[in-house]
Amino acid sequence: MKIRHHLSDQLLMAYSVGQLPEAFNLVVATHVSMCDECRARLASFDAVGGALIEEIDEIAMGEAALEAALARIDGLPQATRTEPLKTAGIFPAPLADYVGGDLSAVRWRRIGGGVKQAILPTGRSATARLLYIPAGVAVPDHGHRGMELTLVLQGAFADENDRFDRGDIEIADEEVEHTPVALAGEDCICLAATDAPLRFRGLVPRLAQPLFRI
Amino acid sequence: MAQAEDGTDWAGLMLRVRDCQDRAAFAALFRHFAPRVKAFLMKSGAGAALAEECAQDVMAVLWQKAHLFDPARASVATWVFTIARNKRIDALRKDRRAEPEELDWGPEPEPDQAEVMEAQQETERLGRALAALPEKQRALIERAFFGELSHSEIAAETGLPLGTIKSRIRLALEKLRQQMT
Ligand SMILES: [Zn+2]
Repeated sequence: MKIRHHLSDQLLMAYSVGQLPEAFNLVVATHVSMCDECRARLASFDAVGGALIEEIDEIAMGEAALEAALARIDGLPQATRTEPLKTAGIFPAPLADYVGGDLSAVRWRRIGGGVKQAILPTGRSATARLLYIPAGVAVPDHGHRGMELTLVLQGAFADENDRFDRGDIEIADEEVEHTPVALAGEDCICLAATDAPLRFRGLVPRLAQPLFRI
Repeated sequence: MAQAEDGTDWAGLMLRVRDCQDRAAFAALFRHFAPRVKAFLMKSGAGAALAEECAQDVMAVLWQKAHLFDPARASVATWVFTIARNKRIDALRKDRRAEPEELDWGPEPEPDQAEVMEAQQETERLGRALAALPEKQRALIERAFFGELSHSEIAAETGLPLGTIKSRIRLALEKLRQQMT
């Protein structure tokens, strides 16, 4: 299916310059792995970095720097081309790397109503977690300060305004008040990151309204 | 081969490093890029000694991972930027940055010369566009790339003609996907 919800320019540029919290880096790298459109946009921001490197006022290296570099590469074998890592499951390579495998390697914790989550090990400035939401069940109601990214890896969810399928990313700021629900048919698995602590309001997720049983 | 305006064919030199382990080509690349990488790292907050050491590391990676350089995808300067950025994340203990899944571009011994030319000239075109920006806007882009802005402070509206670059790479990706199916 064609991806309809993409990363923002701001997130892609912040990823290109290396200024995102680790949890957001993981979500961006995972989406880019699935989305050629964002891969191409990312490359265009990298190209700005290239232009800046080219235009920068250079600062001379030490006198013996070139000699040292040539001596160093003497003992340095060039790596050869390797086949890119192919993942057979639903997790693109960067996510599989964090999980230590595919879906079967995830250590889920139940958080009520059939919903499960697994917090991934990242730096503390933001949190990344996998969410497992049974088909037809609402995503646990939580408020968040800051920004929250939600990337669909399996199934789909919808809120009042839109639906999100595999590869789609939802970018929510603190103003967004919504009630996403996993669509019927297939259990929904998402990768979510937020740059502020989660505040779950109730541990028991509400059942989906009939309206969302699409 | 695609030549830069000053007459130096950086991509050609990079291919000689990649395909023939050519030390003279490496030396030419070092003279041009190492002082730029050093300046980039110092602007990013590294002291002179650390920046010099890291610039050495970046140039060693350029040698070691030369097989990853693809002249039809990115200019040498862009490729150097991505290595320098990763080095900055390491050296200044920034947040770990996961990389996207690598694509299997496959061995391309004879890349399309028109594509190579296009990719290599993009850096100069962008450089000219940067120079033409109002001072305030250019400063904002520089500060973002030197790591002075937090992710929420970054203004993605650059005023630069990035659409042409995006389209070129989008086309290349489409071609690749067709070959894979
Ligand atoms: Zn996208």
